[in-house]
Amino acid sequence: MIEGAAWRKWVFFYIPLALFVFILLFPFYWMAITAFRPDGELYRPWNAANYQPFWTRNPTLDHIKYLFEETLFSNWLFNTMLIAVCSTAISLTCGVLAGYALARLNFPFAGSLGTGIFVTYLVPQTLLFIPLSDIIRNFHLGDTPWSLILTYPTFLIPFCTWLMMGYFKAIPKELEECARIDGASRLKAMIYIIIPVAVPGILSAGIFAFTLSWNEFIYALVFLSSPAQKTVPVGVTSELIRGDVFFWGPLMAGALLGSIPVAIVYSFFVEHYVAGLTGSVKG
Amino acid sequence: MAQVTIRQVNKKYDEVHAVKDVNLEIHDKEFMVLVGPSGCGKTTTLRMVAGLESITSGDILIGDTVVNNLPPMDRDIAMVFQNYALYPHMTVADNMAFGLKMRKFERSEIEQRVRNAADILGIGTLLKRRPRQLSGGQRQRVALGRAIVRHPQVFLFDEPLSNLDAKLRVQMRVELKKLHERLGTTAIYVTHDQVEAMTLGDRVVVMKDGWVQQVGEPLQLYNSPANRFVAGFIGSPAMNFATVTVQARNGALWTQSAGLDIKVPERLGTSMGSYAGRQVTLGIRPEDVHVAGAGDPPGTTFDGDVEVVEQLGPEILLDMKVGSEMMVASVEPTHKVKVHDRIRLALDPARLHYFDNETEKAI
Repeated sequence: MIEGAAWRKWVFFYIPLALFVFILLFPFYWMAITAFRPDGELYRPWNAANYQPFWTRNPTLDHIKYLFEETLFSNWLFNTMLIAVCSTAISLTCGVLAGYALARLNFPFAGSLGTGIFVTYLVPQTLLFIPLSDIIRNFHLGDTPWSLILTYPTFLIPFCTWLMMGYFKAIPKELEECARIDGASRLKAMIYIIIPVAVPGILSAGIFAFTLSWNEFIYALVFLSSPAQKTVPVGVTSELIRGDVFFWGPLMAGALLGSIPVAIVYSFFVEHYVAGLTGSVKG
Repeated sequence: MAQVTIRQVNKKYDEVHAVKDVNLEIHDKEFMVLVGPSGCGKTTTLRMVAGLESITSGDILIGDTVVNNLPPMDRDIAMVFQNYALYPHMTVADNMAFGLKMRKFERSEIEQRVRNAADILGIGTLLKRRPRQLSGGQRQRVALGRAIVRHPQVFLFDEPLSNLDAKLRVQMRVELKKLHERLGTTAIYVTHDQVEAMTLGDRVVVMKDGWVQQVGEPLQLYNSPANRFVAGFIGSPAMNFATVTVQARNGALWTQSAGLDIKVPERLGTSMGSYAGRQVTLGIRPEDVHVAGAGDPPGTTFDGDVEVVEQLGPEILLDMKVGSEMMVASVEPTHKVKVHDRIRLALDPARLHYFDNETEKAI
């Protein structure tokens, strides 16, 4: 905290903070207000007499209705949810097990394997989608949810593994040793002691993985082609921008509805999530 | 209840030879303390007994069973760790019950044992709490409770009192001693604190650089240390050492340095004879030095310049310069001594030690 006179707090703390919050939240506000604004107001020129960019007197649900009635938005929501949940579950399972092994089992080359896994995370998706699309075609998985459920873990598993490895390393190894002396096998010690203690870390990895797969764009754009199979980010941008015409109302409504599930997931676990990131295990 | 036998055990990590040819016989119901400076191999030895480290060569037996390749869970031991290692997501009662649950004990039996252990340790009111809500001393008790509910053959303690504050450490030390008398379970206790080692151990093992230096009862280590390291490690304040030259004079052996001219006691005459003309190390504990009086025979006295006076109450510690060496003497609090005084001191010849300068072994 900043010590000293009240004006110093305002100048160095509250005003910068307020600016920061404003800049961060304004796009969301813009998205929300656009989603509820009638078309007539949306396309009104800026020099019109009743131009009100930041507020509307006639909120409407037309855009949301349009989304659900005229487009496959509910399909996209379902697809995104299914794909995000499945790929998160796969990645979390693998990540927890691999992270544990890298942190605790002293096998040869554990260190270089850990680095190797991290390097795979650094390969940009914009390069990786080219060979991956070949694989997807060979396995005839194109245009199915499987194409994404199986490819998202390529970047989610390294991510989860690294996050969990760091977390497991922070747990005192005596906890596990004590459990093993107490009569637990390595597996039981992991299930009864280490994993419960690591729940904050697992939750943060899960939330991250879920968000990453929810928002993923390139793979979804490349591997899915029919409108009914698309995910929210791809569906909204490909179906609601026709040529050079932007359907701003439905676009923003889609973005708003698409971000709600992530917001809900975050708010549920936010406390654990913060604890997981700061990596605190208190005995 | 069982004895533990450690036979010719070695532990090598990639580059470090941590434990070298250790042979120990820990009797049934004995409280054995392993003591030494950090990195001496004491904790590694304990962890090999626990099964947490593999053995490079040699055998470890608990009772009559060779346990070299048994996993920790099958060795019927319990261990108390320095950081307590309480399971943070479980209550005190669940912490203590965990080992019994893993071994599929009946629920009523588990409850009764947890209750019993809690009563012994005075933590009956804490059973519903979680470790983070406990103080250091309470956590230590829970960790002890978790060990004793299992009724194991051997207790292993890895510096269990190091994280407690000084006052609590003394108190828990007494309780540990009582607990051991009450339960009579064989115990191996690792510490770097020689006071803990002396007060708790039936026998004490002093280790350094992976080697066992000496095994014996506490007073045996104090009275007849096997080498210079044990002599300096056991006892507080530490033993004084001075490099002296052995000389034969008037039919007796004398040891001399710039400020000392001490007659070698007759009990050491034969063994010291071969050192005539060579340098050895003289060792005398501060408590075996007193202010010289008329009764002190020649060959036991020397002069020192007082540099620091430490008033401890029951005794005074004098840091003195004797010749070119620093020595500490513990004298009666009735003496009025000031800094820069030159005083005459006498040592107790019966408690004089000599060490070979090359092997550092006691002569």
